[in-house]
Amino acid sequence: MTRTPLRPLARILKARAQGENPDVIERENLRQRHEEMRDASRSRAEVRLLILGFAFFVAFSAIGARMGFVATTEAAEPRSSSAGAEILAQRADITDRNGRVLATNMLTHALYAHPKDMVDPARVAGELAAIFPELKADDLTRRFTDGRSFIWLRKVLSPEQMQAVHEIGDPGLLFGPREMRLYPNGQLAAHVLGGSSFGAEGVHSAEVIGTAGVERAMDARLRDPALSTTPLELSIDLTVQAAVEEILGAGITMMNAKGGAAIIMDVKTGEILSLASLPTFDPNIRPNPVLPKDAEPGDSPLFNRAVQGVYELGSTFKIFAAAQAMELGLVNANTMVDANAPMQWGKHRIREFQNKNYGPLLSVTDVIVKSSNVGTAKMALQIGGLRQQAFLKSLGFFEATPIELTEAPGAKPLLPAKWPEIVTITTSYGHGMSASPLHLAAAYATIANGGITVKPTILKQDAPRPGIRVMREDVADASVDMLRQVVTRGTASMAEVPGYEVGGKTGTADKPKRTGGYYKDKVINTFASVFPASDPRYVVLVTLDEPVETSGTEPRRTAGWTAVPVAAEITRRIAPLLGIRPMVEASPADRLTAVRN
Amino acid sequence: MRPVIYVLSFIAVLGLGFWAYREHYDTRQALREVSALNSEIASLREALALQRAEWAYLNRPDRLRELASANFERLGLMPLEPAQFGDAANLSYPAAEEFFGDINNSVMVTGQLNPEEDPL
Repeated sequence: MTRTPLRPLARILKARAQGENPDVIERENLRQRHEEMRDASRSRAEVRLLILGFAFFVAFSAIGARMGFVATTEAAEPRSSSAGAEILAQRADITDRNGRVLATNMLTHALYAHPKDMVDPARVAGELAAIFPELKADDLTRRFTDGRSFIWLRKVLSPEQMQAVHEIGDPGLLFGPREMRLYPNGQLAAHVLGGSSFGAEGVHSAEVIGTAGVERAMDARLRDPALSTTPLELSIDLTVQAAVEEILGAGITMMNAKGGAAIIMDVKTGEILSLASLPTFDPNIRPNPVLPKDAEPGDSPLFNRAVQGVYELGSTFKIFAAAQAMELGLVNANTMVDANAPMQWGKHRIREFQNKNYGPLLSVTDVIVKSSNVGTAKMALQIGGLRQQAFLKSLGFFEATPIELTEAPGAKPLLPAKWPEIVTITTSYGHGMSASPLHLAAAYATIANGGITVKPTILKQDAPRPGIRVMREDVADASVDMLRQVVTRGTASMAEVPGYEVGGKTGTADKPKRTGGYYKDKVINTFASVFPASDPRYVVLVTLDEPVETSGTEPRRTAGWTAVPVAAEITRRIAPLLGIRPMVEASPADRLTAVRN
Repeated sequence: MRPVIYVLSFIAVLGLGFWAYREHYDTRQALREVSALNSEIASLREALALQRAEWAYLNRPDRLRELASANFERLGLMPLEPAQFGDAANLSYPAAEEFFGDINNSVMVTGQLNPEEDPL
């Protein structure tokens, strides 16, 4: 580019010659030069603006395109983080205290149909009816052809059934995955576990909800996604439970009883090691029995006698009167109390078993050992109704047990509306108020635990839970000693298990009629025991419903002949399983081995 | 100097582009592997749960009791009895002969050594 000089000499000379001002030429040239510069910079700025505009356009269209892409495509899970554990278990397993599986999940399939996709509904109906006996071909054909578009056929299928359905080969038959609850031990601990069923059902999954027992009581815990891989550990010991159910079942057969219940409880922690109620059921196929109108609730196999069965527990209550009298300082174990039978109280006559008279005087220990109604009644009158109620309340007899079973809150003890002195008397020997065997087991555990309350629990505990002291330790020890003497020289002599120092109290209560009054020949027999008496570790409680022992010349219905031998056999079997050594005189150690260390 | 920088940065852009391309495809491959592994884990977990359930089913006390009584003649299994508790002091010392079995001279001992095992 040629640069034009501002003062071209030729034009300047010419202008001077003509007498014009040469500066005009210079200004003119300067102006022209500025205009050129301005044009150049304007066009450069225009290009820059264009580029900038283009960049903005590209950037915004990229963002817009991305937004449109995000909005129109399906969201994908971020895949770089690994999942997996949560895929299967939507409900946590349940195990016993040693980790043996009590309830787990199994993947299976549900069968449903889309009749509109079916090629040959009549043939499908026929083949399905051949696989599943509960489906009827006519019924299915009608349902397939009445215009519905969706039908549930089966909630769960076995793999064999699924293969058979595959072989029908109709596009209208479809499978949905299902997680099924499985109880591999069958009937064992059925009342503890309860059962489960499907809640809300969809094609791709179904909710499993607990219907009874711990499955329902702990439903929220079992369904918690954060805890789905941690099994729920129960305090139940599967081996002990199996032994208890076996012996209780044999006992019920031998004693011709309608049913029975047994509880094994750790007195320190309140853990229930075994809770059995017979007759029982299989939680895998939880029955739904229809009972006749006049049947008792206990006739249903679903009824948990140990927790729900609220019975008058009879003489097993006497130890509470004795313990409280000692706690209040009214008596000690050797104080002689009036036991002259029969005792007249208003229009009521208090008798002993078979109208015996153990009196006129009996020591407190002997009142328990011989199970004297009159002696206990006299102590109860000394204690008084208010203090008696407070004591029984502190032992947990006035409210439902806190155990983690869905049946427990409904099983409230039946208490008399008023508490006149005659109720004080009858309650002292276990009549007039009703409680469940579990209440009784917890109260015996409190005595065996040195007088500190124990709350029964079905969940495994790491340590004893804090309780309240309801009686002095020496009173609790004296009470356990009395229970021991009941076995060594009293009504429960058959409970003796060599080496295990069983102590316990029998109870025989007449069954109340629904119409009022009591049956003459129907009883509930209970035996509540603790072992070993020198340092109690476990409570063993056995209840039999309407037992009768017929080996003698006349039928025997007292607990000493029915519940006691069953409890003794249970103790003999479970004590070694629980790792308790029998306390036998050890054979004198050979001198040579004694020196060795 | 400037053209060198231009060329170098152009090469750098090319290189980075190629690297990003490769990383992208590697990542996609890795994600595919992860999802394959995840589904394998899920199916293995399912099998594991089933086998655990089967183990529990086969070890249910009812069945073990039946098996114990069916094989009573061979095994003689009985429930644990209180009398079965023993005292360590009541155990006799194992006799020295028993400990060495039939080996009674050094020649036999060298003959019994397992060459695969370190004798020490």
